[in-house]
Amino acid sequence: MTSSRSWREALDAAAEGRATVEDGALLLREAPLFDLGRAADVVRRRLHPDGVVTYIVDRNINYTNVCSCQCTFCAFFREKGAPGAYVLSDAELSQKIEETLDAGGTQVLLQGGLHPDWGLADAVRLAKAVKRHPIRLHGFSPPEIWHFADRSGVSIAETISRLKESGLDSLPGGGAEILDDSVRGLISPRKISWQQWAEVMREAHRQGLPTSATMMFGSIEAPEHIASHLIRIRELQDETGGFTSFIPWTFQAGNTLLSRDPRFGESQPSGFGHAVGYLRVLAVSRLILQNVRTVQVSWVTMGAKVAQLGLFFGGNDYGSTMMEENVVASAGVSFRMSEEEIVATIRDAGFHPRRREEHRCST
Amino acid sequence: MTAGERVSEEDALALFRTRDIHAVGEIADIANRRRNGDRVYFIVNRHINPTNICVNRCRFCAFSKSKEEPLAYTMTMDEILVRAEEARSQNATELHIVGGLHPDLPFDFYLRMLKTLRERFPELHIQAFTAVEIDHFSRITGLSLGEVIRQLKEVGLGSLPGGGAEIFAPEIRNLICSEKISGDRWLEIMEEVHGAGLRSNATMLYGHVETLESRVDHMRRLRELQDRTGGFQSFIPLAFHPKNTEIAKGYTTGIEDLLSLAVGRIFLDNFRHVKSFWIMVGPKVAQVSLHFGVNDIDGTVVEEKITHAAGARAGQEMTVPELVTMIRQAGRIPVERDTLYNVVREWPEGAMA
Repeated sequence: MTSSRSWREALDAAAEGRATVEDGALLLREAPLFDLGRAADVVRRRLHPDGVVTYIVDRNINYTNVCSCQCTFCAFFREKGAPGAYVLSDAELSQKIEETLDAGGTQVLLQGGLHPDWGLADAVRLAKAVKRHPIRLHGFSPPEIWHFADRSGVSIAETISRLKESGLDSLPGGGAEILDDSVRGLISPRKISWQQWAEVMREAHRQGLPTSATMMFGSIEAPEHIASHLIRIRELQDETGGFTSFIPWTFQAGNTLLSRDPRFGESQPSGFGHAVGYLRVLAVSRLILQNVRTVQVSWVTMGAKVAQLGLFFGGNDYGSTMMEENVVASAGVSFRMSEEEIVATIRDAGFHPRRREEHRCST
Repeated sequence: MTAGERVSEEDALALFRTRDIHAVGEIADIANRRRNGDRVYFIVNRHINPTNICVNRCRFCAFSKSKEEPLAYTMTMDEILVRAEEARSQNATELHIVGGLHPDLPFDFYLRMLKTLRERFPELHIQAFTAVEIDHFSRITGLSLGEVIRQLKEVGLGSLPGGGAEIFAPEIRNLICSEKISGDRWLEIMEEVHGAGLRSNATMLYGHVETLESRVDHMRRLRELQDRTGGFQSFIPLAFHPKNTEIAKGYTTGIEDLLSLAVGRIFLDNFRHVKSFWIMVGPKVAQVSLHFGVNDIDGTVVEEKITHAAGARAGQEMTVPELVTMIRQAGRIPVERDTLYNVVREWPEGAMA
């Protein structure tokens, strides 16, 4: 490589929490897998010396798949009125929540498409419908918040505060994809920009709502974009301290428009959208985001086996039982895990499973 | 190991028990790369399972059927030839043929099958019959092992797969496959096979009721035989799949899969190749295993019945471009091999898959 800096120097910098974008990209490209894993493991141990790996029993509810955003990486969305388009009724929503409570669930992860007819009033109605039940509401990623505000002509601050009043407990970090507008222009041209995503998160944190942050990689981004995404989250976290967890996952190509884009095909050999690449990105995430307490492994995209290995590459949270998963499943990937399996998998790796209840959001 | 000494059984046990995953992976990786560099092999092959009718009822097996069961099948010679023809049209170099111990099919059926395949498809290497089937042929004919092997070799048998080994320890074997030949017999047959100039593989079925001690014992016996014959090409740990079997157990974990491969690589210092069978562990773990001592990910397979009967969650086929990409993404050099590990084609950096 032309870089004058060696991966060892970059790894030292990362271990000390001062990696640059260039360092991050160099590590992704060149550092040996086990060197990355060990360094990430050191950070994980420092933040979680008790060897506890957490998980949550919750349900993923997608209130609609009607979406005006229509990202090319997404196989979930439908146009309004198209075959397969749905909006959950209040009765269906209630039933799903009751089932979650019956299964011992403590949280609902509520997300959906950007329905062209919906504004803040609809979001408030949804939040209140959920909060009629004794359950935690983790919902509405930044693109949804932006959409509701935009449709109703109110500010982001007002949108968040109205939802908070209606019972919203925390925000999921979805819609981050890659926080770089050149990549977003290719894979999600109609989605909010990276600064707008950050603006929503900043406001949520300011109002005391914790959030997670995510990253979807393995589409057509370069290692520099991944590294820059991580640094941007690190800087935002330095500012607000409101991110509870970081969750990287890989693009699932099945049934998507993006999978037929020649640029996607060309980027695959050097990309990170595979098991070894996932472990590398996970480890670099743990190294760079030392100010975010939790890094979550993604069994939903990687399967139980690679997710388990992820616990040795920086992960300290196994995510959720989900109960249902619609978005990744639309792309043809449907791993399933029960609470018993999650617990057994964590134990087998030598960690102590602990179910998380509140205060720390997932997904 | 780094001092050049052989890894003891005690050390192997400790390696199975540790959760210092990075250390085990790294040692296995060093042991592998010392012998094989960055090259990772795959083969373009086709599996054919001529019958699922089997006189044995192994408790871990979801494939075998008795003659009367509705899903029982035996392929006709034509059905076998169609599959071989497909293999040829896909530029395969190998047919991988294993099946149940059919109560009525005469030895002559198998001889004719091999002879016909050999004549029609001289370019395809025939890897066929586990030690269990060889024993079966000897019993139904009354011929000696040596004679059975000689006759098979004469009509085209090229090498033997490594199946039927399971776990050698009698106390485990009695629990999972009491009707199957003993571990001693399996090893005896392989010694005979190697003596006849045929290569074979060796497997180990893990993730059921075996103990770690019994795994180490299994590998020790393989290592001893290999010291004597040198006839084993690759070691292939096989992950137990629970569905439709009589053993109540979950699927193996990723750590269990990777440790089985890595400890195999470290302990079996006289085996050149360690194979991760992607059908068994899934393509993702197979890819990761290339950093845990593995230098072979089997092949295109095309049609797989045995593991799928037990709930394999991987597909049945991987294409050559998929295999090449998967190896490349792991940072290794893809090499298509034939059965005996001769290079068919190498894909250096930049070559199109």
